[in-house]
Amino acid sequence: MKLQEITQSKYNFEECMKCTVCTAYCPVLQVNPLYPGPKQAGPDGERLRLKDPYFFNYALKYCLNCKRCEVACPSGVNVADLIQAARIKYEKTPPKLRDQILASTDFMGKLARPFAPIVNGVTSLGITKTALDVTLKIDRQRTFPKYSPSSFEGWLGRREKEQAAFPEKVAYFHGCYVNYNYPKLGKDLVKVLNALGVGVELLDKEKCCGIAMITNGMSSKAAKNAAVNVASIRKAVAEKGLKVVTTSSTCSLTLRDEYPHLLGVDNADVRDSILIATRFIFEKLEKGAQLKFRPDYHKKIAYHTPCHMERMGWGVFSEKLLRMIPGVEFTLLDSACCGIAGTYGFKKENYEASQAIGAPLFEQIRSVNPDVVACDCETCKWQIEMSTGYPVANPISILADALEPEK
Amino acid sequence: MKFDTVIIGGGLAGLVAGISLQRKGQNTAIVSTGQNALHFFSGSFESLQEAPPEMHSLFEEAGIRLHYREGVRLMPLGTFRPSCLSLEDISLFPSEKFARKVLVVNFMGYHDFFSSFLAEGLEKQGMQCRIRFLNLPELEKLEQSPSEMRSVQIARTMDRIWEKVVQEVRILLKDEDAVLLPQVFGLQDTSVPGRIKQGIPAQVVFCGTLPPSVPGIRTQMLLKRRYEVLGGTYLMGDEALEAHVHDGVVHSIRTKNLDSHYLEGSHFILASGGFFSKGLRSNPFSIYEPVFGLDVEYNPDRNAWYDKAFAADQPYMGYGVKTDAQLHALADGIPLKNLYAIGSILGQTHPELGSAAGLAIRSALEVSAQIKK
Repeated sequence: MKLQEITQSKYNFEECMKCTVCTAYCPVLQVNPLYPGPKQAGPDGERLRLKDPYFFNYALKYCLNCKRCEVACPSGVNVADLIQAARIKYEKTPPKLRDQILASTDFMGKLARPFAPIVNGVTSLGITKTALDVTLKIDRQRTFPKYSPSSFEGWLGRREKEQAAFPEKVAYFHGCYVNYNYPKLGKDLVKVLNALGVGVELLDKEKCCGIAMITNGMSSKAAKNAAVNVASIRKAVAEKGLKVVTTSSTCSLTLRDEYPHLLGVDNADVRDSILIATRFIFEKLEKGAQLKFRPDYHKKIAYHTPCHMERMGWGVFSEKLLRMIPGVEFTLLDSACCGIAGTYGFKKENYEASQAIGAPLFEQIRSVNPDVVACDCETCKWQIEMSTGYPVANPISILADALEPEK
Repeated sequence: MKFDTVIIGGGLAGLVAGISLQRKGQNTAIVSTGQNALHFFSGSFESLQEAPPEMHSLFEEAGIRLHYREGVRLMPLGTFRPSCLSLEDISLFPSEKFARKVLVVNFMGYHDFFSSFLAEGLEKQGMQCRIRFLNLPELEKLEQSPSEMRSVQIARTMDRIWEKVVQEVRILLKDEDAVLLPQVFGLQDTSVPGRIKQGIPAQVVFCGTLPPSVPGIRTQMLLKRRYEVLGGTYLMGDEALEAHVHDGVVHSIRTKNLDSHYLEGSHFILASGGFFSKGLRSNPFSIYEPVFGLDVEYNPDRNAWYDKAFAADQPYMGYGVKTDAQLHALADGIPLKNLYAIGSILGQTHPELGSAAGLAIRSALEVSAQIKK
């Protein structure tokens, strides 16, 4: 056994036995013939790249980083990591202005928030969309996420004392989306956790998790963010003994796995303390805590497992929580990529592929015809809402909605 | 998380056991380390002389139709093998010479279907063959990356344009009484193979391609969907790392993704497969079962594990975990009271006999019956 541990290759790539199973589950390969596919782009290509970087193929940029190849691999090869690591190592062209803008969710949020009503109005105008399409190649058919006039950090900051009074506390890594676009999700989390007797506090310093930077050729910037985040998380975990929860599947995966695998930022001491909120809540309930639900609650809910939730293997926690709510008629949607993959689907060259990837999922949602689609990922939410017209809510928001109002 | 039964392994054996137990009202979970051997499935359950009573309805409810006929089926390289119980789109013939003249049809640029080997094999049996290639514009897109022109990619296109294939074949067909097509139909839409058969005025035979197997992936998708509809929890891409056993009883397992969140169960089923699926592992000194450390039946002399003639019957393929007559797995010679082993991890599966699928079904249903006794 020792021998095999010592000889293990990076990302386990030598374990690949060329079985081609990953190629059957790659969503990109189904729609974009320019993409060489996970086997060719991952372990097969790696053997060549190790010989000579000349063999690096720029078509690797079509990889969504959805990690479905890794979930499907029977041999434990980290196929998507291999592909992203190769992009980090060999891609020599600097990212385009558009990619930099799309990837800088934190910076753009800070910039846009004070002018939210104006920005929201302008980005929903046809002329703006056309202009962005022509100048930056951001597809005009996309709906842009709206910015919120007040940040979540500000809102929670004003409730610091109230939250500190709870006997138990968690630190919340809210992410850019909750802070700048949709503070309601953060507020919903606070509501649910408070109902369980748990107070919520912010991390000392939080930066964008950096996933969009990793996939857009800005990994050194992502590594800087990672260092700040891990230091803050370490402080919360080691000094205060807190768990760190998130409400985004992608932020969770990035903090836990992409940091050590792709950015070389060690998080081994805190990794197990970073949890998605639905897992934290499920575990509280399993240990006997109770939530009181509205007796009149009734909703038909279809749950979509986001790719990164699938990779973490934690969809089960969101699923079981939703099933626990009395009055919920639950459908588990077939596990499939919605096609947006963060910033990927915003790019003009990917728009068509992005919609084609999501088509079977959209079709299934229409046939189930739920009141709401539940999903732990903000970009899936944009994509599904835009493409199907059905409302999408994070399981945490659904829980908050189903709770009995405090008297 | 607590379950009535926790199943390790999400291939044919694990899924059939899981569905069978869910049907009987149990709450179960399946832990599956990546995809499984169904992706290489021929479509025939060769070692089953007849379907166990529960099998037909279980498959039928999942949307998988089977058929039974004692005879032979055509192999991908043009040879034949005795077979009886198969998926509906696998042709079974009373004898090797199933036609007078055969039109072998392949797609331009598709290298995973061996039309000339097939023709040679059929001609040996006294059937005349003509090979033709279809050049469909819809497949040209796939040809841009030749390494990815695989069965599944073609099958996705075929779900949409199969009627075109029927038209083209009808044009090509002269006086042949049979048409041979690669097995790339009915991945999502299971009615396609039957409709192709109806549309072509000759006996239509689908023959296996290089992996991944289209009927196999379809079977996997339908069984998994059925399992989830019945309320089963399928943990895809997770891995059982260790088990917590006290006094011969398994209490819980720890998995890679859930880590400190153990999966507890009243019963456990080990369906983690053979060497391919890492249900069994080896190092230069021993062959072992990694989760429970079960007793494995194998020859301690490493040189006896394999035969240097590559195509010979390889002894290691017969190695498996030891069980008692009720399929309780043994650790240090003693059966664990609530742990059962099913499928390829039992060993005794020889690919040249095609026995794995039959063993998976039989042992899965046997253990499901034991648990619900």
